[in-house]
Amino acid sequence: MGPKPDERIRVLVAKPGLDGHDRGAKVVANALRDAGMEVIYTGLHQTPEMIVSAAVQEDADVVALSVLSGAHMTLFPRVLELLRAQGAGDVLVTGGGIIGKEDMEALEKLGTGKLFGPGSSTQDAVEYIRAEVRQRRGRNRS
Amino acid sequence: MSTSHPRSGAATESAQKHKDRVAAAPTRDADFTTLSGDSVDAVYTPADVDAGRYDAEVGAPGSFPFTRGPYLNMYRGRLFTMRQFSGFGSARESNARYKFLLSQGGTGLSVAFDMPTLMGLDADHARAEGEVGRCGVAISSLRDMETLFDGIPLQDVSTSMTINGPAAIIWAFYIAAAEKQGADPAKLRGTLQNDILKEYIAQKEYLFPPAPSMRLVVDTIEHATRHMPYFHPVSISGYHIREAGSTAVQELAFTLADGFAYVEAAIERGLDVDDFAPRLSFFFNAHSDFFEEICKYRAARRIWAKRLRDRYGAKDPNSWRLRFHTQTAGCSLTAQQPENNIVRTAIQALSGVLGGTQSLHTNSMDETLALPTDHAAKIALRTQQVIAYETGVTNVVDPLGGSYFIEALTDRHERAAEEIFQRIGQLGGMVPAIEAGYPQREIGRAAYAYQRALEAKRKIMVGVNEFVETDETVQIPILVIEKRVEEESRRDLAALRRDRDNERVRRGLSALRDAARGSANLMPYLLDCARAYATVGEQVEALQDVFGGYREPAVF
Repeated sequence: MGPKPDERIRVLVAKPGLDGHDRGAKVVANALRDAGMEVIYTGLHQTPEMIVSAAVQEDADVVALSVLSGAHMTLFPRVLELLRAQGAGDVLVTGGGIIGKEDMEALEKLGTGKLFGPGSSTQDAVEYIRAEVRQRRGRNRS
Repeated sequence: MSTSHPRSGAATESAQKHKDRVAAAPTRDADFTTLSGDSVDAVYTPADVDAGRYDAEVGAPGSFPFTRGPYLNMYRGRLFTMRQFSGFGSARESNARYKFLLSQGGTGLSVAFDMPTLMGLDADHARAEGEVGRCGVAISSLRDMETLFDGIPLQDVSTSMTINGPAAIIWAFYIAAAEKQGADPAKLRGTLQNDILKEYIAQKEYLFPPAPSMRLVVDTIEHATRHMPYFHPVSISGYHIREAGSTAVQELAFTLADGFAYVEAAIERGLDVDDFAPRLSFFFNAHSDFFEEICKYRAARRIWAKRLRDRYGAKDPNSWRLRFHTQTAGCSLTAQQPENNIVRTAIQALSGVLGGTQSLHTNSMDETLALPTDHAAKIALRTQQVIAYETGVTNVVDPLGGSYFIEALTDRHERAAEEIFQRIGQLGGMVPAIEAGYPQREIGRAAYAYQRALEAKRKIMVGVNEFVETDETVQIPILVIEKRVEEESRRDLAALRRDRDNERVRRGLSALRDAARGSANLMPYLLDCARAYATVGEQVEALQDVFGGYREPAVF
């Protein structure tokens, strides 16, 4: 049946791949927590398999990935693929990092949500996640 | 010489009156704090400094405590090295970029490695997929290192290598490559970043737990001390700490505290402080708050000199002399209106020069979007050349010395850093402090506080939260790393593994493992492995068999 529309949003914040630059991921994790969401921070050097396994285990509504290494076109699609394979295709995949506009568009076409590049406001991310998760929960119940 | 405290004389009263009048004057709605959030007065006067302390605390350039600079005549004797951090794709492509930079007036090399190399993985490892050549150059073996420096005589250049976890392994590749060119390793000049403590704190490119990692660092310090007197075995770094979001004082204090930890570890190994301390070097960030940065560098020199002489008993002035490389702040650059980054970089670079840096890297305008193009990298280099040759700032040593504000802020940085050293001391030193998560937490807090200040518009970033262009499209060309780099690297590695003497590799790795279990200096074993064309990944795995790996606690 899924979570009720106003139940706390559960966000898994993860850094996939080899990139260890975690300033952004931690700042966003803090902002989401301050906004009242339940944040699960997986830490660094996660494989897509580890992330999806944690997301399913933690019953996450959202998986937020941070990738600054340029490896996003490998890592985001792999996470999407694995979520779908585990029947968790409705989990919102969002995130940010050093991802160019064209690549963001390509990733959105593959099924991610909106992505947040350098200079983004954490409040934009918070509001986006709230609205998007609410919408998906509504969809699941109807 | 005045015998009264500066704050009690008649001059103080008018200074106070002045401050009162300033406070009452029409004032903009802004915070008047440094980038790090420290408030600064509107005006500084003689009352803010103690002129009597000049000889003891400021002193002449090139003399204890080196506040004004490590050398007598600084840039009159030798300009700062123009050392652009660089590397992308394959060794062949990076080789071309190095030749380009040297041809355009660069005076030192600096190697940026890709994430697999930084994390001790070969280009054909499963976890390297999608990552090869994207953040720097892919170096899996001595063969790649030979290609990287093909046509560049290593006995004639000075090379810095930004590598930490596998630093000793990569250094062995460099030394072996130099040998193949016919160079004498004892004459090689350069720097190995190899500052593992800041990896646990900020950059997160560790491979093993702290204790064996420290052992490896001391091995390299020992090897440099005995065999390679012109190579800096460590570049004790604050750059990454700052990029992770720390304040200027945290950058200063955590960096120097890391330095103290290395000094203590080397002394514990049995090395004489005056034998190794002269070859320690530092690496600081040049962030946007102009004067805060200049004062940070001056305070760093003063603190280090005092500690090395008075706490560690160093007798050689070369041991007291803090020398550093500077990189302009990557985290200050914007993806929005990227050409503005040229301006930011220029101002930041200037603060590094006014702060007395020995070596300088200037960021390219496009680095918030991708690795730099030739064109952007060239502008960054020209920025240094304009500063060096057109502005006159290199004519005078520490030209801002004696400014009431500069001296007051330098003093303040020193006091604030000492408070942090106290805290670290209470925790038992820097290694226990890191294991307790203290610097990591402080940095995380500072980063979050800054983000909140930005979002509340108490701090401004032009183009991001003010002077925003909503329908902006990026018009500058962007460097693209092609997928074929990864494919070619895999093919090259397969060929290498086939063609080399695999028995020699096996023997080398076995000897490495045995030595790692004991307490021998690992450098000779790593050199043997390098010469046998053992790969980075193979050597790291051998060491991890003995040392174990490391996973940090996932806290935010």
